[in-house]
Amino acid sequence: MPLRHPIRWAAAFYFVLIGVAFVVDALHRSAYEWKAFYKYIFDVRVFKAAGVTLSLTAISMFIAIIWGVALAVMRRSPNPVFRQVSWFFIWVFRGTPVYVQLVFWGLLSTIYHSFFIGIPDIHFGHFYLGIHIPISQTASLYWLAIIGLSLNEAAYMAEIVRAGLLSVDEGQEEAATSLGMSWWTTMRFIVIPQAMRIIIPPTGNEIISMLKTTSLVTAVPLITDLYARTRNISDEIYNPIPLLMVACAWYLFFTTVLMFIQYFVEKRFARGHSVLRVSHE
Amino acid sequence: MSESLMVSAVDIHKSFGTNEVLKGITLEVKRGEVMCLVGPSGSGKSTFLRCINHLERINSGRLMVDNQLIGYRESNGKLHELKPSEAAAQRVGIGMVFQKFNLFPHMTALDNVISGMIRVQKIDRATAIAEGTELLKRVGLADKLDHYPAHLSGGQQQRVAIARSLAMKPKLMLFDEPTSALDPELVGEVLDAMKELAQSGMTMIVVTHEMGFAREVADSLVFMDGGVVVESGDPQEVLRSPKHERTRTFLSKVL
Repeated sequence: MPLRHPIRWAAAFYFVLIGVAFVVDALHRSAYEWKAFYKYIFDVRVFKAAGVTLSLTAISMFIAIIWGVALAVMRRSPNPVFRQVSWFFIWVFRGTPVYVQLVFWGLLSTIYHSFFIGIPDIHFGHFYLGIHIPISQTASLYWLAIIGLSLNEAAYMAEIVRAGLLSVDEGQEEAATSLGMSWWTTMRFIVIPQAMRIIIPPTGNEIISMLKTTSLVTAVPLITDLYARTRNISDEIYNPIPLLMVACAWYLFFTTVLMFIQYFVEKRFARGHSVLRVSHE
Repeated sequence: MSESLMVSAVDIHKSFGTNEVLKGITLEVKRGEVMCLVGPSGSGKSTFLRCINHLERINSGRLMVDNQLIGYRESNGKLHELKPSEAAAQRVGIGMVFQKFNLFPHMTALDNVISGMIRVQKIDRATAIAEGTELLKRVGLADKLDHYPAHLSGGQQQRVAIARSLAMKPKLMLFDEPTSALDPELVGEVLDAMKELAQSGMTMIVVTHEMGFAREVADSLVFMDGGVVVESGDPQEVLRSPKHERTRTFLSKVL
């Protein structure tokens, strides 16, 4: 006879009961305005806004991962200049709130009027040795949001990647070095692939976190993302609740898809390890 | 330096902080010679081995492998530190086998063996696979090509590691306690692979506690203690009638 679990069954029954009661109640509660929810969930404006949220997440995360790996590798570099630059960047961008950083990026054109790359004081008539990049007042808020999100996230990614690199046994680097591999070849083909197994689960977490953090871009202020757009529509119909539900539904849909992707990617990078670090309970 | 010498070490000193681990090591290894380095733990034998491969930088002395100064270039009587790429090029000719195997766990046995050929020597993949397969056959692992290290026994892993080093066609092989991490019943298969290698004429320096191997295979035996060479000579001689008290004490414990 297998062991019985009466307490488990009782607990499950109890929570299902609460859940059903909540849903039945919610379906009849007028404040939710389900009609409005159904009307707007596939509204073309909401659809577009969901696209903006998704692209903000994807592009910011893409930049953050590349820059984060670079920062983490720099921190281990034999070159002390790289180590210090990396440390300083992480110190600043991890040490201040992302909301505040986004407000700062929004004010970029107020603080700096143009970028100049080159040698400032040398010119022949109107020809300068360098290029001027004006930051117009209409600098794309979309890209400022991406810069803000990705630089902040890169600081966190750098710490995640660093932990991954530290998890790889020292002997691996020695073996690679003794084969005549350069420091970079060793990193690229020996250390980083092994670190991936440690890096991927928290990175999946960061992507999900980023998806939700995009709701702060209103600080820039960018108002085309999912949260800002649904707030905007709810102002038209004088009821914020159904559109909050719409936003939640979309966020939840995206994070669910991301969780599935994470599961399969983790499986892929567990190669060579007989025990997959995924719970089956 | 004589053409017949593979390794020449003169007065090698090495410290970690204030702890001086090597206190003036002088020794020579001829081409084709198999030398066993023995001694109690902490005697500096592993550190010396790592210096030969420039995994550790020596503080003073002259260390040459195949008539090349290790880690430095000499011009106008001054020693200039080698660039990382030059140091890496030197290591290609010197194979190293580690106590803990240090196989790359994310690669199959074959990929481990060909990793150096592909990433360092830039040999095309098909040729590398052919050579790598041949090497794994040589160490008796022809049927394990596609196995990941986690699915191989310690003895098999160490033989893959030996094949991986041989893939770089080294002129000198260094073994750092290659059987110390193995279950007793797996030691033999690794020693056999090393013996075969010795008989093929490879120059080898072996840090080991396997006195049987030293007696049977080695051309010379060096006993180190406290960062110095205490005694060296023909293995049969040294093992049968050690001249120094410290050697005698050590041998009485391990034999």
